[in-house]
Amino acid sequence: MTKRAPLSLLIFVVIYLLFLYAPVVLLPIFAFNDSAIIAFPLEGFTMRWFWALGEEESLFRALKNSLIIALSSSVLSTCFGVLTARAMARHQFLGKRPIFGLIMTPLFLPEIIIGVSILIVLIQLGLSLSIWTVIAGHVLIVTPFSVSILTTAFNNMDRSLEEASLDLGETHFGTFRRVILPLVAPGLISSLLIGFTISLDEFVIAFFLTGTDPTLPVYIWSLLRFPSKLPTVMALGFVLLVMSLILLSLFEYFRRRSEKLTGGMGKSQHHVGQEGE
Amino acid sequence: MSAIRKNLLNIKSSWSGWRLIGGPFLFGFLLLLTPMLLMILLSFWTQNYLELDRTFTVDNYVEVFSHPVYFTLIKRSLNISLLVTITTVVLAFPVAYYISFYGGRRKAILLFLITIPFWTSYLLRIFLWKIILGYNGVINSSLISLNLIEEPLSFILYNSNAVVLALAHAWAPFAILPIFVSLEKIDRSLLEAGRDLGDTALRSFFRITLPLAMPGIIAASLIVFIPTIGDYVTPRLVGGTDGLMIANMIQVQFSKANNAPLGAALAIVSLSIVVFISLLFILFNRKYLRRQV
Repeated sequence: MTKRAPLSLLIFVVIYLLFLYAPVVLLPIFAFNDSAIIAFPLEGFTMRWFWALGEEESLFRALKNSLIIALSSSVLSTCFGVLTARAMARHQFLGKRPIFGLIMTPLFLPEIIIGVSILIVLIQLGLSLSIWTVIAGHVLIVTPFSVSILTTAFNNMDRSLEEASLDLGETHFGTFRRVILPLVAPGLISSLLIGFTISLDEFVIAFFLTGTDPTLPVYIWSLLRFPSKLPTVMALGFVLLVMSLILLSLFEYFRRRSEKLTGGMGKSQHHVGQEGE
Repeated sequence: MSAIRKNLLNIKSSWSGWRLIGGPFLFGFLLLLTPMLLMILLSFWTQNYLELDRTFTVDNYVEVFSHPVYFTLIKRSLNISLLVTITTVVLAFPVAYYISFYGGRRKAILLFLITIPFWTSYLLRIFLWKIILGYNGVINSSLISLNLIEEPLSFILYNSNAVVLALAHAWAPFAILPIFVSLEKIDRSLLEAGRDLGDTALRSFFRITLPLAMPGIIAASLIVFIPTIGDYVTPRLVGGTDGLMIANMIQVQFSKANNAPLGAALAIVSLSIVVFISLLFILFNRKYLRRQV
């Protein structure tokens, strides 16, 4: 069925992939390179930059902040995502489109605008910057992603299962807990994971809204100014890459399960789910 | 009777809908709409050292439009963003095309391959370009060891070309994915029909594939264009002084220069220009978008 691609196209794709991988390939090379200067030629293999990571106390504080922020933002935005997706898929109400538009807007705004505008409010109210202000900014930008993932999950869900549960005497809450939640669970998990990863890597908003407790990207940013710290930064980057890949594989696994669970059952009712669009 | 019942049901559904979406809406209202309105308000005030003068004035806007520094920065940011958008989309299209038309059973794994490089820290990805393009960087040291050049090339880092390259790299998956989705939606029998009726491969590409892929191309362009104009990190790391963009100036106003009202005015002017160009772009291409419905 699949025809062979023209040679020129194939060559282009290969070169493009090399371009995509060029920076990432350097990460392990310099993380294990036994030289304090990030340059070729390479000097030899070492693990010392990884051991040096263990001694960076401020790194662990930044990591802890980032983990708290990423965890809170992904949980909060997933809650918002569930509420929004459910409202959009099942209900008609006044101002449906504008409200949905407002919730999805951060997707189409440069991050610096979000960071600056929240900063202005905080200054005007005289509030100080903290982990909470970063969480607020991150929930704002992650929620649209959660909404789109969960809208797909809710729309693909077979509505008759929910109706059957209600007909058989289950309460609304019970139906939600025992029928809806298990069906959209893979969607929930992918929303949590994508939110977690976005928040963990976000720099600009965190840069504007962070107080005395830097997040990991803000901390990395401060390290980039010191040439002597660069090999350590490379080692840190490599660790982060490996961790992200593990998260990404989990995400992919749950996304496929989500497709199997909801896609398989919801097919006959596919048109019903489309009304939220 | 049934009309009343229907109305009651509507009211009930409306209430339930509101109850669900109320929280997210309130959050968006408090942390997006209110701050944006306050930012507009602030741009009409002035900063007198530590005091904020709340009398209405358009001075900040006058300064933005009369001072060549701001004009240069906005113009450069627009140029860089447009160039990044065109480069990214033009380079992404053949890749998306290859995956969609020749990917076969390997489509999922190819898409996965494309996203892997983007799961490292954004900061480090940009910073690694500095290492590739730098004075003692990968390109220079390999060219020297191959005896192709004597002195390191200095024109490849710390200018707007480096910014364009790094950004075209950073936004690659965001361009490839929407184009891929729109290519996947194309009914392959249309292409066969075109070929059967005597179109050449090139003709059927331009008359069928490209117009039907336009929604993806438009989405990709906007997804790349809008955020890049506000990019702060890339110009700082690889742009040098000739590659600084408007976001860097906005940041300076909020920190060192301590002139938040001017920063707000700069943010609003650049956002308005972005929105205006995006709307113009959508308007210009609306015939392709309508076909999709």
